[in-house]
Amino acid sequence: MMLIPCPWCGDRLDAEFTCGGEAHIMRPDPATASDAEWADYLFMRENPKGLHHERWFHAHGCRRWFHMTRDTASHRIVAVYAITESAPEASG
Amino acid sequence: MKYSLWNLLRQAPRGHRDWPQAWRNPEPKEAYDVIIIGAGGHGLATAYYLAKEHGISRTAVLEKGWLGGGNTGRNTTIVRSNYLWDESAHLYEHSLRLFETLSQDLNFNVMFSPRGVINLAHNEHDLKELRRRGHACRLNGIDYEMVTPREIKEIAPIINISRSIRYPVLGGAMQRRAGNARHDAVAWGLARRADELGVDIIQNCEVTGIDVRDGRVTGVQTTRGAIRANRIGAVPAGHASVVASMAGLRLPVESHALQAMVTEPVKPVLDTVIMSNTVHVYISQSDKGELVLGAGIDGYNSYSQKGGINVIEHQLEGLCELYPIVSRLKIMRVWGGIVDIAPDASPIISKTPIEGFYINCGWGTGGFKATPGSGWVFAHTIAQDRPHRLNEAFDLGRFESGLLIDEHGAAAVAH
Amino acid sequence: MQSWRNSTGGIIDRSRRLSFTFDGRRLAGHPGDTLASALLANGIHLVGRSFKYHRPRGIVGSGVEEPNALVRLGEGGAVEPNARATTSELFDGLVASSQNRWPSLAFDVGALNSVASGLIPAGFYYKTFMWPAKAWTFYERFIRRAAGLGQAPEEPDPDVYEKRFAHCDVLVVGAGPAGLQAARAAAPAPAGVRAAPAAGRSGARVILADEQAVPGGSLLAEHVTLDGVPGQDWPESVRTELASMTDVTLLTRTTVAGYYDHNFLVAVERLTDHLPSGESPLPRQRLWKIRARHVVLATGAIERPLVFPGNDRPGVMLGSAVRAFANRWGVRCGARAVVFANNDSAYRSAIDAADSGIHVTTIVDCRAAPRGRLVEEAHSRGIDVLAGSVIAGVEGRKRVRGVAISTLDGSTPAAARKECDLVMMSGGWNPTVHLASQSGTRLAWDESLATFIPGDAASHQTSVGAAAGTFGLVECLTSGALAGTDAAARAGFDGEAPPVPEVDDDTGDGALDLEAFWHRPASPRDGKAFHDLQNDVTTADVALATRENYVSVEHFKRYTTTGMGTDQGKTSNVNGLAILAGHVGSSIPGVGHTTYRPFYTPVTIGALAGIDTAGELYDPVRRTPMHAWHAANGAHFEDVGQWKRPYCYLREGESVEEAVERETRAVRTGVGILDASTLGKIDVQGKDAAAFLDRLYTGTFSTLAPGRCRYGLMCHDDGMVFDDGVTARIADNRFLVSTTTGGAATVLNWFEEWLQTEWWDLDVHMTSVTTQWAAIAVAGPESRDLVSGLTTTDLSSDAFPFMTWRDADIAGIPGRIFRISFSGETGYELHVPASYALSLWQILMMAGERHAITPYGTEAMHVLRAEKGFIIVGQDTDGTTTPHDLGMSWLVSKKKPDFLGKRGLRRPDTLREDRKQLVGLLTDDPQVVIPEGAHVSPEPEAKPPVPMEGWVSSSYMSPNCGHSIALALIRRGHDRMGESVAIPLEDRTIRARIVKPVFFDEEGARLRG
Repeated sequence: MMLIPCPWCGDRLDAEFTCGGEAHIMRPDPATASDAEWADYLFMRENPKGLHHERWFHAHGCRRWFHMTRDTASHRIVAVYAITESAPEASG
Repeated sequence: MKYSLWNLLRQAPRGHRDWPQAWRNPEPKEAYDVIIIGAGGHGLATAYYLAKEHGISRTAVLEKGWLGGGNTGRNTTIVRSNYLWDESAHLYEHSLRLFETLSQDLNFNVMFSPRGVINLAHNEHDLKELRRRGHACRLNGIDYEMVTPREIKEIAPIINISRSIRYPVLGGAMQRRAGNARHDAVAWGLARRADELGVDIIQNCEVTGIDVRDGRVTGVQTTRGAIRANRIGAVPAGHASVVASMAGLRLPVESHALQAMVTEPVKPVLDTVIMSNTVHVYISQSDKGELVLGAGIDGYNSYSQKGGINVIEHQLEGLCELYPIVSRLKIMRVWGGIVDIAPDASPIISKTPIEGFYINCGWGTGGFKATPGSGWVFAHTIAQDRPHRLNEAFDLGRFESGLLIDEHGAAAVAH
Repeated sequence: MQSWRNSTGGIIDRSRRLSFTFDGRRLAGHPGDTLASALLANGIHLVGRSFKYHRPRGIVGSGVEEPNALVRLGEGGAVEPNARATTSELFDGLVASSQNRWPSLAFDVGALNSVASGLIPAGFYYKTFMWPAKAWTFYERFIRRAAGLGQAPEEPDPDVYEKRFAHCDVLVVGAGPAGLQAARAAAPAPAGVRAAPAAGRSGARVILADEQAVPGGSLLAEHVTLDGVPGQDWPESVRTELASMTDVTLLTRTTVAGYYDHNFLVAVERLTDHLPSGESPLPRQRLWKIRARHVVLATGAIERPLVFPGNDRPGVMLGSAVRAFANRWGVRCGARAVVFANNDSAYRSAIDAADSGIHVTTIVDCRAAPRGRLVEEAHSRGIDVLAGSVIAGVEGRKRVRGVAISTLDGSTPAAARKECDLVMMSGGWNPTVHLASQSGTRLAWDESLATFIPGDAASHQTSVGAAAGTFGLVECLTSGALAGTDAAARAGFDGEAPPVPEVDDDTGDGALDLEAFWHRPASPRDGKAFHDLQNDVTTADVALATRENYVSVEHFKRYTTTGMGTDQGKTSNVNGLAILAGHVGSSIPGVGHTTYRPFYTPVTIGALAGIDTAGELYDPVRRTPMHAWHAANGAHFEDVGQWKRPYCYLREGESVEEAVERETRAVRTGVGILDASTLGKIDVQGKDAAAFLDRLYTGTFSTLAPGRCRYGLMCHDDGMVFDDGVTARIADNRFLVSTTTGGAATVLNWFEEWLQTEWWDLDVHMTSVTTQWAAIAVAGPESRDLVSGLTTTDLSSDAFPFMTWRDADIAGIPGRIFRISFSGETGYELHVPASYALSLWQILMMAGERHAITPYGTEAMHVLRAEKGFIIVGQDTDGTTTPHDLGMSWLVSKKKPDFLGKRGLRRPDTLREDRKQLVGLLTDDPQVVIPEGAHVSPEPEAKPPVPMEGWVSSSYMSPNCGHSIALALIRRGHDRMGESVAIPLEDRTIRARIVKPVFFDEEGARLRG
């Protein structure tokens, strides 16, 4: 039961949020992307054990999306940043 | 020594002092014909069938912890084959058939008990889905029958079939040949037989690297040194992505925590397995008397073998509505496993772009039932360097072509 | 007769008698008793039968550690199986009975297992019952009957439960000496005593939780004085002090059972279990979900039994339990006791037992030379100390009659025999590390205590007192205060530590001077030596597990079932590990320990479920504004997501099928009215709204003129259809999107996700208006007549063509009229603010009387749309269906450079020509309705597995066509028009012809007319 620091609402119980999975996946240009590139975008994931940049949605709160860097093994939250920002350097 | 009543009788006066080791603790050799990464049920079954069906016994099964310690030892032990899509149905049916004679095959009582599995329908849509699946099963030769609420009540008197509850039971589908097996026994029985056939099961041996040269595997690095092999089958369940990344591969799976729990043991109240998608509850009673309850997955990636209490709470709300007598029973133990889930909720049993490297993962929440079948086809894939007819469709290439085996879309929750 | 009760001593109220029954026998106890102390006061030790061998078992402990004394409490629906007698508070009228015995506790047929015990060692079931192959299910029936402990209730639970969230700065778990001091230290100043801390707060918010009825923990079972006050009274004075403070919550009868991420803990408060049923209006239990900045774990320690042959006989008890029963409850657990010890704390128990009137004859101490003040004190009470000795065997079956003593090295076996009816064992102490371990804190081995203690904390937590391996009272009080001050400081509150009470000086430093004794190999003749009493696991089982190489600690646990009972190994785990370590020649930390999991003690399912277990509290019911009208007019409801929708409206004496047929006809011949309010509605605004929708839908909305509507399909980026609906352009910068009923929330989230995470440069805002607007579909040839009577808007086809909408005044209600139709008839969807909807519905019903207006439900709607070949997403699609498969390529823009799903539709499999495609089916026999979900096969006569090439997604008897109709997804279906196919069923094969998926008014004349 993580305590997630929503950038808009402050610390809230994880049950209020939906996790949108891996962040910073670039949608390739559909006009030029190969089947393999499209499959990579649709399905392939880093799924790391350790630090993970991911997207979260405060579904039962402000309904804003944001980025969060979290350790998938310990559930430690390392950083929270705007949905428009790229991953922080050397976080954690 | 053969496991039998006769030998138990003979050992009784001797204080059971002659029973041999169920498996050895071998030191890793420098090289093997095949390395299997992960000594869970699927990995052990792979090694067993490699030896039994393909004559390959110079095999090492490498396990970072203790054999059978992953999802094999953490699931709710449901075995069934009533899947919608042909590809799934054939694979799981093959596995169910192997389960039916696994105790005799392994000379280890895995306690497979065809006590029947019922899937409940709570609305018109559920009923339609169950009927569709039923027609498919019949044509695939898999036993399946629709049951009325009254029939369900006769089979499981503790269920509430009142029409006035929030999601009343409108009917169900039953597979009578489905049931439970004892999860630890499956792992131990496979380990014991594989060991007898010459397989080295090496516990406490974590793979830390996979050696790839010129596009083909040559061996692994482990916490107990380097081991060479030209064929490596990875069956690492929740850690599939971690292992695959050592070979430079990305996989279409995500790892989540899945919880299950047991109540304190009580005298028999339920003799069958009952599952519900809509209310998301599945329940059975173990031979020890515990009610075994499965919960849902946590909604975020996790490698921590514990989940949130909210998942448990929600599940038990539904349980109390469907089975009101359980309210005063107590939950004794809750645990979690790490499940790797593919986008179509179907497994990946496949060759990879790296020659000699094979992957078996993506079993999500329902891998236990496939244990012998998965090992059987994966052994074939490794031995022949091509998939068996039964697992051809479960290859990695389907994510590129788009030919998914969408058990998610078909709402056949994969427990 | 409470003949084993002392006339003085303890914290029970002798002035009141409480009557209770055990196995039907009427007995008495006092307020303050537990069921266990009351039973013992009445001389009852035998309380149960063991799990596997059905051996007679007595009370062993005095608290949560109890492995044996599990009883059934209560009657009727309010029974609780497997309740621990040692933690069940006595009340007047309590009914308890023993479990797992038949026909009676004294004579139990199951005890035959004990005779055959040689045949059933650990894991015996893995080795037999395999022949013949079917045999297992036969044997299993008997095994299941024999297993299990108590009986489950047979009636629904009459009690209710509730939940509460709490947030605090400091949570202190355990109100023993360390926990009380921690709470005092962390707590804010009592009003007026100390200056309140800065920042306008009185201080830290503190919660102190303890599982017992009263605070005090170990102090309740000891004879000490603190600041001149008896130790049994001191906690009450602290309770008073804490009660005077703001922001301090003291929860008694509250077990903190689970420790989750980020200091989130779950506790269960038992509110009425200690009261006669019906006496209190409160919920039975309350689940607390507590988020704490810092957690102080003052959870105490549990005494470890010793493992020796016969150590399970009734009358063999933990020394600390005998002491607690004497000191706290004034109960003598026997007349004549022998103590078996490996540490000094046993002497304290022996001395208190002796002082309570038990004749303690001997202390059998495995240490070579026990010494010190406690030893002398024992001597001074006339207790023999046999050093370097062990108990080698126990006489007696249903009660201890005596023990055999031998030297530790076994050189003089059975050197002495002592008569006794009580054996007090003390093998040292195991800190209660469960919560710390659950939180992720690793455990460290402490060699001097021979047990595990918490290592470096994994979260903001401190273990203190006996839970951290500190056993001296003064040290517990001191370190507890420090931990409390420190915890408050970490949470941002400064305070000073409370004074440490003056403790009488004879309590010592709590040093155990322990010499580990795990067990001594014995021959089977000496009897079974149990390390796990509840699950009947013996040292012989450990030996067998070792021999068979089940030596990984988890294999050992699972193979022998050590620690897997309801006590979760509180008394058995460390002993089991130690014996295993001995067998494999490893150190105990080398063997490791199994993972501690929730819950610390078992938690009632009702408490975890809370009050949200029945009906609408389980999952909210959504009703449209017209629901009451539907209900009053024969509606037969179905659940669609959370919504209740009328499936049909039953008239007197009518079957569901008849009603559906009547409604279906009525819409095609007159006018029907449908409550369409559940369809999702999203109001999308902003100057980029059109561009936004163009990216989300396969079709184009930027070209749609205001005032017009367009049907659209939405795909995921893999090209698979996931929702559909009609979208209206309200203004240049504004659209009203409609979604399926079940997809409303999903679609809104989908929109938000793309807008916020990918297309944040777009100027778009949206909100759900599903429940703001109610929708009524009026459909049928007479619909125009009916609606035009209620509005001044010109409804003629020229002025108001198909797929347009207008703002309108409808019967005086400001609303919108949409000329859209899901039935294929001329139709209008009337949108009005929800609060007007019921009244509009009633107006329509009244105005429609002359048209014989017919309200119709979802099933008639389904038949009507199927007649027209309109799809239902989720019924005619299944997550593997593309727009092309549906024959809706005309809805997929070829001009737009991109939209979600565009690239997905060009993957090898989505381009395949033999995909399953939506077609119609006409059965050869027009009266035969194909069952929905049936599959189409090219070779109907084949034996399974029969090849399948498609399935029937929708199928009805169409009263308007006069024959059955079906929609199906069939391989290469679009190219197979006119082809005959087979649908093999269980008992027959239906033949049908592939046709276009439209059965009625193919040209759409009615729709547009």
